[in-house]
Amino acid sequence: MTTTVAAVAEGTDAPYALSHLDALESEAVHIFREVAGEFERPVILFSGGKDSIVMLHLALKAFAPAAIPFSLLHVDTGHNFPEVLEYRDRTVERHGLRLHVASVQDYIDRGVLKERPDGTRNPLQTLPLTEKIQAEKFDAVFGGGRRDEEKARAKERVFSLRDEFSQWDPRRQRPELWNLYNGRHAPGEHVRVFPLSNWTELDVWQYIAREGIELPEIYFAHEREVFSRSGMWLTPGEWGGPKDGETVEKRLVRYRTVGDMSCTGAVDSDAVTLDDVIVEIAASRLTERGATRADDKMSEAAMEDRKREGYF
Amino acid sequence: MSTTTELSETTLLRFATAGSVDDGKSTLVGRLLHDSKSVLTDQLEAVERASTARGQEGPDLALLTDGLRAEREQGITIDVAYRYFATAKRRFILADTPGHVQYTRNMVTGASTAELTVILIDARNGVVEQTRRHAALAALLRVPHVVLAVNKMDLVDYQESVFAAIAEEFTAYALELGVPEVTAIPISALAGDNVVEPSANMDWYGGPTVLEHLETVPVIHDLSHCHARLPVQFVIRPQTAEHPDYRGYAGQIAAGSFRVGESVTVLPSGRSSKISGIDLLGEPVSIAWTTQSVTVLLEDDIDISRGDLIVPSKDAPPTTQDIEATVCHVADAPLTVGHRVLLKHGTRTVKAIVKDIPSRLTLDDLSLHPHPGQLVANDIGRVKIRTAEPLPVDSYSDSRRTGSFILIDPNDGTTLTAGMVGESFASPEPVKDASEDDGWDF
Repeated sequence: MTTTVAAVAEGTDAPYALSHLDALESEAVHIFREVAGEFERPVILFSGGKDSIVMLHLALKAFAPAAIPFSLLHVDTGHNFPEVLEYRDRTVERHGLRLHVASVQDYIDRGVLKERPDGTRNPLQTLPLTEKIQAEKFDAVFGGGRRDEEKARAKERVFSLRDEFSQWDPRRQRPELWNLYNGRHAPGEHVRVFPLSNWTELDVWQYIAREGIELPEIYFAHEREVFSRSGMWLTPGEWGGPKDGETVEKRLVRYRTVGDMSCTGAVDSDAVTLDDVIVEIAASRLTERGATRADDKMSEAAMEDRKREGYF
Repeated sequence: MSTTTELSETTLLRFATAGSVDDGKSTLVGRLLHDSKSVLTDQLEAVERASTARGQEGPDLALLTDGLRAEREQGITIDVAYRYFATAKRRFILADTPGHVQYTRNMVTGASTAELTVILIDARNGVVEQTRRHAALAALLRVPHVVLAVNKMDLVDYQESVFAAIAEEFTAYALELGVPEVTAIPISALAGDNVVEPSANMDWYGGPTVLEHLETVPVIHDLSHCHARLPVQFVIRPQTAEHPDYRGYAGQIAAGSFRVGESVTVLPSGRSSKISGIDLLGEPVSIAWTTQSVTVLLEDDIDISRGDLIVPSKDAPPTTQDIEATVCHVADAPLTVGHRVLLKHGTRTVKAIVKDIPSRLTLDDLSLHPHPGQLVANDIGRVKIRTAEPLPVDSYSDSRRTGSFILIDPNDGTTLTAGMVGESFASPEPVKDASEDDGWDF
């Protein structure tokens, strides 16, 4: 056993071992191509956040030199960062993609959804998302979720079957064996697909650096007006802040995740380049969600409960 | 800049753990995560909060890994979870498989992608039935590296003789099963001996700690003994002004390597051509090897579609409609003779029928139960399957990727069974048919 291996590689790992980024990239590309081969109407959830940006980059590589055979879907909370929306539209145009938008604000305006007292719109995304999936008859929906993000996500399959109500039932998940993904589903059901399942936050940043992928500027340290709420630096805006007793100040901050402005906090940082960010992430003693997401702190099972309802 | 480069140079090891609850698997996983600084402050705080709310005195590290409501409520682990940690030398994906009664399908799931399995033993109990099951599964799944972690050495006064006896018994058993390599390590997951740091209590042990071994075990593939295989996933045809005639066959190389200029054959059609180019995600290369996702271009415009297999012309597997395999049944409803199923092999899914279930394997003593009539959840058995179309299958012992398949229920899409083509380690002798009149033999 050992002798044959050594004979091939001449005593070293090179050249037939893949670096961990190459291995993760290859696996993600395999997942994109499986979906392209087996589904009728796949769509990529694209928020303009780093994970969805990496997903799009991988999809572009998977089908090069052809165009990617998927459209994009953004769930617009109505409280998005303007820099991120601008990035989203620029990206869609540059690659000649089709963008679907499901708007939380529309649902609120129509009285279908009610604004929560805390102003957080993350849980409100589920209904517009799932109705859009049904209306457009999407049968595979790519999400940028990573298993390292959260313990309920650690249990998520790469191909995750959702019923006709888009619900996730962790007890009824299919075992995933080898790289033989099972995408079978009944009409009305769909499959959530997570090509970045095995990536960590650090992998994502290293890959962005290696590939030279452009990101929205809010991921890098910049002077910004913020105010403090529940231990997080939030950006003021019409969404509902600051309130009485909350004061706005200028700080040098950056974002680790990009989501709804009402629940995505900035972190103090002087990381202005990708390498700075990587050094900062590698040294951080907080997870990205622990540092900057209010919605996951609501209860011990907040993520699991939202996922069961159809959240990504 | 140097940070990016240094961190990028690491390799990836996928490994799985096996052990029953009392063997200290959670503690070992917890310690690997904790001592490699992969548990971050907010996660630990969340565990502390939850533990206090439940009236427990110290933080319950099992809460780090039990992610679902039902798991926390019942104090059990339902399913395989995947965990991630890294050292300066390597990145790790750990398939954390639960140790309770449904261990077989969960361990098969975890081990199917693992290059290494850690089997835990309680030093006080030695090799028990459960250990033999774990070794048999590792052998069956052809996991290349097996680590025997003899745990709770602190409870046997760190005696070398206790460890040596267990290691010897296990290694002999595992090698007989066909496990290629066993590394035995005496540890105490609770006290931290030989998990990440070398133990001060066991001077007599000169080998690596668990983490050192995980960091250094080779993850390269033995290309010289591999039959090169490329299952075609998708045909890339841009049909643009820039690429009017581009026709590429995209797929992830399942085994071996391919070179530009090589003569290849496409199965099942049997048509041949030469590789005129290989694109590695947009970049042309002259050689590509296993687990790389590539796009292959051929000299001739032959009919190739998703589901086909590209192989070297000089090394093509036979195609067959009759597959014999060892399977692990993973669904709750049983698998029976006459069952009509779908079989997914590589990128091809075909109709199939279960023609026979010649035997069921008892993992405890590796005995064969002839003609069980059906396989229920967690059963391992031999199965004969007839497929509607010929498939180019390899023996699982030659290729874990092209020698494996899954069976799918055509009605509701349930994944029924995990299959490994070819002879099983456990069936050297033909099964004696002692059941001619038991009513099960069709």
